[in-house]
Amino acid sequence: MTLTAWLQDLVYFLIILALVKPVGGFMASVFMGERTFLTPVMAPIEGALYKICRIDPAREMNWKSYLYAVLGFSFVGFAYLYILLRTQQWLPLNPQGMSNVPPDLAFNTAISFLTNTNWQFYSGESTLSYFTQMAGLAWHMFVSAGAGIAIAIAVVRGFVGTSGKSLGNFWVDLTRSMLYILLPISVVAALVLIFTGVPQNFSPYVTVKSAEGFSQAITGGPMASMEAIKELGTNGGGFVGANSISPNENPTPFSNLLEMLLFLLIPAALTYTYGRFAKDQRQGWALFIAMSIIWAGGLTVASMSEAGGNPLVHAMGVTGGNMEGKDVRFGVGASALFAVTTTATSCGCVNSQHDSFMPLGGLVPMLNIQLGENVFGGVGAGLYGILEFVVLTVFIAGLMVGRTPEYLGKKIERREVQFAMLALLVVPVFTLVPTGIAAVTKDGLATLNNNGAHGFSEILYAFSSATGNNGSAFGGLSGNTFYDFWTGVSMFFGRFAEIVAIVALAGSLAGKKAIATTAGTFTTTSGIFVVLLIGVLLIVGALTFFPADALGPIVEHLQLFSGKTF
Amino acid sequence: MVNRSRSLFDGEILWPAIGASFQKLDPRWQVKNPVMFICEVGALVTAFYAVHDGFAANGKLGFDIAISLWLWFTVVFANFAEAMAEGRGKAQADFLRRTKTETMANRIVGGKETQVSASELRKGDRVRVNAGELIPADGDIVEGAATVDESAITGESAPVIREAGGDRTGVTGGTRVLSDSIVFVVGTNPGESFLDRMISLVEGAQRQKTPNEIALLILLAGLTIVFLIAVATLAPFTIYAGAKPSIVVLIALLVCLIPTTIGGLLSAIGIAGMDRVLQRNVLAMSGRAVEAAGDVDTLLLDKTGTITLGNRQASEIIVDAGIDEARAYKAAYYSSLADETPEGRSIVVFAAPKAGLATDAQLYGDARPELPAGASFVPFSAYTRMSGLDFTDGRKIRKGAPDAVRAWVTEQGASASAPLLDAQIERIARAGGTPLLLADERGLLAVIALKDILKPNMKVRFDRLRAMGIRTIMITGDNPLTASAIAAESGVDDFLAEATPETKMALIKREQGSGRLVAMTGDGTNDAPALAQADVGMTMNSGTQAAKEAGNMVDLDSDPTKLIEVVEVGKQLLMTRGALTTFSIANDVAKYFAILPAMFVATYPEMNALNIMHLATPQSAILSAVIFNALIIIALIPLALRGVAYRPRGANAVLRENVLIYGAGGIIIPFIGIKAIDLILQAFHLTGAA
Repeated sequence: MTLTAWLQDLVYFLIILALVKPVGGFMASVFMGERTFLTPVMAPIEGALYKICRIDPAREMNWKSYLYAVLGFSFVGFAYLYILLRTQQWLPLNPQGMSNVPPDLAFNTAISFLTNTNWQFYSGESTLSYFTQMAGLAWHMFVSAGAGIAIAIAVVRGFVGTSGKSLGNFWVDLTRSMLYILLPISVVAALVLIFTGVPQNFSPYVTVKSAEGFSQAITGGPMASMEAIKELGTNGGGFVGANSISPNENPTPFSNLLEMLLFLLIPAALTYTYGRFAKDQRQGWALFIAMSIIWAGGLTVASMSEAGGNPLVHAMGVTGGNMEGKDVRFGVGASALFAVTTTATSCGCVNSQHDSFMPLGGLVPMLNIQLGENVFGGVGAGLYGILEFVVLTVFIAGLMVGRTPEYLGKKIERREVQFAMLALLVVPVFTLVPTGIAAVTKDGLATLNNNGAHGFSEILYAFSSATGNNGSAFGGLSGNTFYDFWTGVSMFFGRFAEIVAIVALAGSLAGKKAIATTAGTFTTTSGIFVVLLIGVLLIVGALTFFPADALGPIVEHLQLFSGKTF
Repeated sequence: MVNRSRSLFDGEILWPAIGASFQKLDPRWQVKNPVMFICEVGALVTAFYAVHDGFAANGKLGFDIAISLWLWFTVVFANFAEAMAEGRGKAQADFLRRTKTETMANRIVGGKETQVSASELRKGDRVRVNAGELIPADGDIVEGAATVDESAITGESAPVIREAGGDRTGVTGGTRVLSDSIVFVVGTNPGESFLDRMISLVEGAQRQKTPNEIALLILLAGLTIVFLIAVATLAPFTIYAGAKPSIVVLIALLVCLIPTTIGGLLSAIGIAGMDRVLQRNVLAMSGRAVEAAGDVDTLLLDKTGTITLGNRQASEIIVDAGIDEARAYKAAYYSSLADETPEGRSIVVFAAPKAGLATDAQLYGDARPELPAGASFVPFSAYTRMSGLDFTDGRKIRKGAPDAVRAWVTEQGASASAPLLDAQIERIARAGGTPLLLADERGLLAVIALKDILKPNMKVRFDRLRAMGIRTIMITGDNPLTASAIAAESGVDDFLAEATPETKMALIKREQGSGRLVAMTGDGTNDAPALAQADVGMTMNSGTQAAKEAGNMVDLDSDPTKLIEVVEVGKQLLMTRGALTTFSIANDVAKYFAILPAMFVATYPEMNALNIMHLATPQSAILSAVIFNALIIIALIPLALRGVAYRPRGANAVLRENVLIYGAGGIIIPFIGIKAIDLILQAFHLTGAA
């Protein structure tokens, strides 16, 4: 790997590090109801919205009410998007005359955007109207991200709150996350993206004659606005099928950097927000450091593996890194960085084909997802995901200091362990079980692009990505009724089963009396805690997926380096 | 308890435990522990396959039998651990049951005594017990005092004194009165007595899982489900890869991965924790109480008997200016001659040589100095707060609380002014002593200083507690001046002076309100509400029935410092659970590297690169992992029963060490163990076809 690539990684991390505190602190202020620089602009709009929607912002919700609000809102959102997809041909802003989306694909797509996954079994440029993209998908990109942040904040309130059972008010949290965080940053980011060359129009596609003399249709549309929220909300669903590989969505190295910054920004900064709520910034930094270490480790493996290149290609006399499926605009370094970060966060947009990565280079994105999207993770989802692992770590390791385990002074008891385990089960159940079904059924094998270990990796990656609500794919796999249905199931439970478990966990912690800290207390801000948290995340993730991964990327790697191909 | 210090593998426990390990194979028993239940189901299924393959004669029989046998061993070993832990309690329960013979009781009804069987006694009955008789039930003495042999329940042969009034009224059924005669009121109905409860507790018959144990079991069950999914889905994955999955191998992998080590030892750890408390002669009413002890943040300790020796001793006698020293010392001597309290006796010992009277030998010998002829003793009362002697010739001596004695002197028509003595009283109180004024009918004579004697090594113990993060608060009836001096000398963190049951209760509530768990000791009936309020309340066995019922532990030796040891046992209990859980999970890494390459090497020969232990054959690799998994349970039984080593230190130091030993060790040890077993299998040519 070149020095430039390392430097690029370092600069990227340093920019994120510099942004964590201001952005995280700002988000804390927003959700604590403090005055911010946006208050004069947004407060009147916020008030008007509550009035129109008849929301009482002062109403406090316990964990059940909060959950009902989240689930109710999501159900309505699903129905709305499904209907939109099924009727787009009769709706406005359809210059390309796209027809209605078939039911199974509409089901899959509606769940996909509802759950912040943005798994795409379709190509936007050949399937969806501008109206569907804007009013359907982009709307969900905003609200699914906003709901994620709201839930994370509610969970945090449960973890830190010692008086009463309230987790806040979902409608207020959702509105604020949109008005104060997602909208303003998206607007600015979209303008910058337009400046880098991303289109933003309502015109039909432009047909040009290329240098080779072919005639080519160039996709247009309201792309920049969707691009911004696609990254910022860790959604990842591209306007076009090629996602950020396409020079329209991601024209320059600068737009590439901006997009990478956008999808890590909120997940990273939320750790700081958490510290503010916990009244102990070190609690937030401990999570940030643990996440950063796993991210950096994965980045190192993937970068080295990609830079090392393919021994079979080297044998043909072509030197250098593995450039298959990568764009020369970005090269090996920026592609590996993008791939590792887009899977560490649950964004899932891509600037290269993960399918074409070296086996170990592809294992890292897959493992990032299989760890439960807790290494930074999705907006909000990453924070509440890692808190579930914090509870488990505190429980196992906390026992070793000879006290009933406690976190932030609250005892981790039967109910907390129960809900944390339920949340933990979500990823293995909805990843491995459908992968198993797909691996031995005709429908599951019908649309594979490859056979052997790599074909298996494609299936495993698809269900990992669906359950983790990531949305990136090992491109080889194409959709059919089987995958439309089963990935839909995985996406749905991957999102909502975890939310139910974690909100219940937060509800159980809410209002628990905080125990005084003494020399006998297991501190959750020390280096050893960070090491333990990483250990639990990796060991639980690795133990769950080692057999499956061994049959996919690992054996593929071993085969490749002993000279075998398919 | 008799035979308190049994060796870990005592023959008397070992043999019944082996029997019990097989009895516990009953699935109705196993289902209580999901981890071991899965293991047993696995053993059963592999046994079925062994039979099946035996008939099919496909050459897999030997391997199937070996796997199945070792899976059965895994379950049996786990049962054995539990049976061993229970065995110690059972042996003690048997002994206690023998002491629970049918006794007769002298029930007093309307002033008349009638002989009835002990089983007919009910709460509230009055019963007389004479010297040599067994006490027929639990209760509180209402008349008389007696020496009682409590060795049946405490194992301590020295008799103890129990008496009416005060805090030593409690008597326990099954103990024997050695001298004198007492009347007591029965406090429990048959079947609910202390001895009954003790038997069921040590036997573990009523053992309920503690909250922490349940939480851990949920965690283990959750992990078991995760592994069940990981292993079950391997079957379709194998089919995809073009091979036929072997159910026996999959089950072997599953049992190796699920946390059988901690799952198998979990209940043994809990029972052994209770037993370790019992070995210290403390009877915990529930496992929950022992667990709570580990969480304690604040320890309330009574000054008297815990921090200081029970009795204060005379350390100085300061004679007033112008008073003849011999007269003062003699007065001190005579004033206390009939005073049976330890304080009184210490004054006699201190004053005798100075007064030129009875020698030490006489004082301690049988020939106790007689009171002067005709002199009558004036005992101490809470009302007069003085004691003394009245001679026949009209001379009087008094000693007692300074203000009371001054008032008495004034009443006698003498002057109560003595600036020198006033200054001394102030000085003694400030230094943590108790000043007593001594006077006769002619006026004030001297000040006697009584000093609290600190128990040795208390400062060290409080430092240890502080390192563990536990604050100690001394509870005393002394005035704040005295209390602060003793507190400073003994090294406690805080003190509560002029304590009453109400202020004690308020203190507990305040500590709990700020999020701390409180432990305390007590014996009197007036301690009962505080004992009930505290998170851990340890009652002295000598204490009243009400106090015993309010607390959640009884110390059979009536030694309040035991609370510190119980806290340590509680911490050790949780640490052992955490350490073995960590160890168990960390073990899985090596097992994957043993079994996975073995499973797939036939399909993907390149997988042999993952066989980093270089195990001989796929069969021996799988078998070695299964054998290691079974043997590690046996190897860890001593650790589970004794608890992990515990030194009082801060949480982070403890954590670092345990993570290193049980976390890092848990990853490394199975690599060595599995390789070693594989080498042994190779040496005996048991590795199967390559």
